Amino acid sequence: MTTATVKKIRRAFTGNEAGAEAMRQINPDVAAVFPITPQTELMHAFASFVANGKVKTELVMVESEHSAMSATVGASAAGARAMTATSANGLALMWEIVYIAASSRLPIVMPIINRALSGPINIHCDHSDMMGCRDSGWIQMFSENSQEEYDNLIQAIRIAEHPDVLLPVMVGQDGFIISHSLESVEVFDDEEVRDFIGEYHPKNPLLDTDHPYTFGPLDLQDYYMEHKRQQHQGMQNARQVILDTGKEFGEKFGHHYSNFEEFHLEDAEIGMIALGSTAGTAKVAVENLREQGKKVGLLKLRVFRPFPFKELVEAVKHLKGLIVLDRSDSFGAMGGPVFLDVSASLNNLTKKPVTRNLIYGLGGRDMKVQDLEKIFGMMEKTVKTGKGAGSSQYYGARGDD
Amino acid sequence: MKLMTWQEIPIGGLILEAGNAKKFLTGDWRSQRPILDEEKCINCLTCFMVCPDGSIVLKDGKMSGFNYDYCKGCGICAYECPVKCITMKPEEDFR
Ligand code: SF4
Ligand code: SF4
Repeated sequence: MTTATVKKIRRAFTGNEAGAEAMRQINPDVAAVFPITPQTELMHAFASFVANGKVKTELVMVESEHSAMSATVGASAAGARAMTATSANGLALMWEIVYIAASSRLPIVMPIINRALSGPINIHCDHSDMMGCRDSGWIQMFSENSQEEYDNLIQAIRIAEHPDVLLPVMVGQDGFIISHSLESVEVFDDEEVRDFIGEYHPKNPLLDTDHPYTFGPLDLQDYYMEHKRQQHQGMQNARQVILDTGKEFGEKFGHHYSNFEEFHLEDAEIGMIALGSTAGTAKVAVENLREQGKKVGLLKLRVFRPFPFKELVEAVKHLKGLIVLDRSDSFGAMGGPVFLDVSASLNNLTKKPVTRNLIYGLGGRDMKVQDLEKIFGMMEKTVKTGKGAGSSQYYGARGDD
Repeated sequence: MKLMTWQEIPIGGLILEAGNAKKFLTGDWRSQRPILDEEKCINCLTCFMVCPDGSIVLKDGKMSGFNYDYCKGCGICAYECPVKCITMKPEEDFR
């Protein structure tokens, strides 16, 4: 149901431009920037907003991503609404401070333009960068297209800054596939967006010199664990806040969001879980197969952390077969990171769908509609014969067929 | 000191009160206690300069003993004293 009456215009945007447009409307107090393919253009576009006086942001040019995240942490602790953006190896270089941002409970929002981690060096899409820091305490969202990138970033500010949450959020979009493809994006009125995100009132900003306090002290055996317990609670609280924010966003702007989107899933026999741009391609595959009378459906996972295990189980428990797609490997594990969480979520069901995991699209390897149709066919066979049930394999690596 | 629960403490490791390190009595850590021989002391105040914990107590500008609430027993004062009038004694001797 769309009740939205908000003024909006349609713009042709790449994913990076959509991210920059959201940042222009968010108008963060501080943005720390360091270029890395395929994120560079997002911050190029945003830097031109700064140069042209479209935003009041203090743009901090730093010498590495480690410094970008450090500057963002410093600015956020000072009381600023602070952002940065990166990809792959840039995120890897931030690592140490990525954890510090979360455990210091700083509501930083960071677009990640998903790209394969080296090596061998590769600049194209996979999810190994974000999956690598899935345990860092950041909320993690994946976007199917430029519109979702824009919508997710706006919601991310509200989620991160919610007093029950106070955790950083990373919003992923697939490198090149989304970040460099031109799509039609509905852009909402500046004032309406600013009204939605509201002003940021940090509780204990370092710049409050009337109330000096200590930030980042040594925390040993007597209190470290209590701080982790609080962080755990923040992530638990995020579950409801993400749902409420998605609902409110839908009511105001007409785009409805939840933890995941169900596409022809309700009456499906064979289901697929995918995230990012592949979910968009999978929708076409589902429609094609539905035309042939096949009962297939898709669950597009939008929120990966906190992992919506309860809702997910409810959505897939009726399926005969469930194929989980992972755009990164978790070397040595039972399968890719999405499969691990899905399998664990299904664990307590007495009657569960037959599952299978495919690791695909690494380093930007294409995943076409025909591939996804073929995969649904594979899963149908697995359900019938039991062959391949519970397995995790690479899809599309030469030498496996 | 009663330890607080996760619900009671500020989030993210923040310490909201300025200067509260004063409440943390690091003297507990001491295994060796510095003892002054007042007779031999020449009041040069070398110990006052080198003590990393500000635990040398002065009275009227003169060396008058140690603040055992914060003295960690590092022994630097004893080592640096030019007339060796500070001796480090095992803490058990005072229990
Ligand atoms: S260093 Fe030794 S002599 Fe000098 S003031 Fe201290 S105790 Fe006295
Ligand atoms: S033992 Fe160390 S801490 Fe104690 S008074 Fe001497 S220098 Fe200071």
